[in-house]
Amino acid sequence: MKSFSNTYIFVFASVMVILVAAILSSAAMLLQPLQQKNIETEQKRNILASIDIESSASDAGELYDKYILESFVLDSRGGVREGVDAFYVNMKEELGKPDEEKNLPVFVGLPDDGSKKYVVPVRGTGLWGPIYGYISLENDFTTVSGTTFGHDGETPGLGAEITTGWFQDQFKGKKIFDSEGSFISIDVVKGRSDPSSLNQVDGISGSTLTSVGLENMLRDCLKLYEAYFKNQMKKIQ
Amino acid sequence: MSSDPLFSSKNLKVLTSPLNEDNPITVQVLGICSALAITAKLEPAIVMTFSVLAVLSVSNVVISLLRSYIPPRIRIIVQLTVIAAMVILVDQVLKAFAYEVSKQLSVYVGLIITNCIIMGRLEAFAMTNKPWPAFLDGVGNAAGYGIILVIVAFFRELLGAGTLFGYPVIEKIGLYNIGYENNGLMILPPMALMLVGIIIWIQRKRKPELIED
Repeated sequence: MKSFSNTYIFVFASVMVILVAAILSSAAMLLQPLQQKNIETEQKRNILASIDIESSASDAGELYDKYILESFVLDSRGGVREGVDAFYVNMKEELGKPDEEKNLPVFVGLPDDGSKKYVVPVRGTGLWGPIYGYISLENDFTTVSGTTFGHDGETPGLGAEITTGWFQDQFKGKKIFDSEGSFISIDVVKGRSDPSSLNQVDGISGSTLTSVGLENMLRDCLKLYEAYFKNQMKKIQ
Repeated sequence: MSSDPLFSSKNLKVLTSPLNEDNPITVQVLGICSALAITAKLEPAIVMTFSVLAVLSVSNVVISLLRSYIPPRIRIIVQLTVIAAMVILVDQVLKAFAYEVSKQLSVYVGLIITNCIIMGRLEAFAMTNKPWPAFLDGVGNAAGYGIILVIVAFFRELLGAGTLFGYPVIEKIGLYNIGYENNGLMILPPMALMLVGIIIWIQRKRKPELIED
């Protein structure tokens, strides 16, 4: 076997690392606009899915413009904050800020049935990584009209089930405020939930930690909007 | 320098033996982890196959080209760097052009880096062979890996979810109406292991020389 001097080994390793770094960073820069577009399309599809509108990668942009009337950003006291585009608010960053600095996006959708839906983003932690999604409320600001959840790395067949229809459909018609108007969020119950309960859904067997994470995510994120929802409820009464 | 014809019988053997008697999954029993993880549906299995094909054939050629310049003392590091660079490229390309699939494969694209088949081929073949045979060896091994992935994914998707490539086959031929139900166990990873086991069994039944001892 040929032997190589230490200097050669160092030069070889350095040149290789620099070359590889150059190739990878140019590839990342070239592909970034395309990747960004995919992420935005995905976000539009998720917002649309939460108000029950099916879209594909090709028509998401068009449907989004058609069904989403407006979007705005709230502060934690429920007032509208000007000058921030709700679509580009990154919930991961917002949740790390102190409450009074948080930007809280709201998307207003108007599906074909003619009643306005209010879509808000949620984000939390599952078992292995972040879980996130959108939850849409009827125009009474209490009743859930639809949800869509996603995750980065929950266990397939267990925690990853939060993305499936049967799980998400359970949330339809549940209420996040009780009859006296205090905020109660929605509980993800281990085993069978009480079918008559308006704020319980079934958890997923074998994925208690993802279910708990999802329950916390809903409570923590919806809580941020409590002031806004209550103001709006007073207005309609 | 002897020049073999491009597809000499020796080169063809390099290409085809991983498909059967030298299959990376069923004979060498490498790459099992990813075979369990991404075979619940056909589409990710096929994308995974092509990703591994790209990574393995290109890394094999690169390592083979560099084989007399790579200092043996750091060869494993060099191999890993080449593999990791290729995997990141594949991941970036998937995110740009096949976003849905890249989401389904999620972490498993990154985990190609740890797929033993790839390091195994670089170390065992590319380090000592010319680029062209190394390329064929890469294609052959990736194809051998892919065949098993596709067979396993075919049965898991059909029996577990009742679909093929997302098309509801079982529903269309009306089996649900006569009381057929999907087997949920098929979706879970243990079933992939059992299917791989069954394939190994059938293969060894037909080729007794593969049986050790």
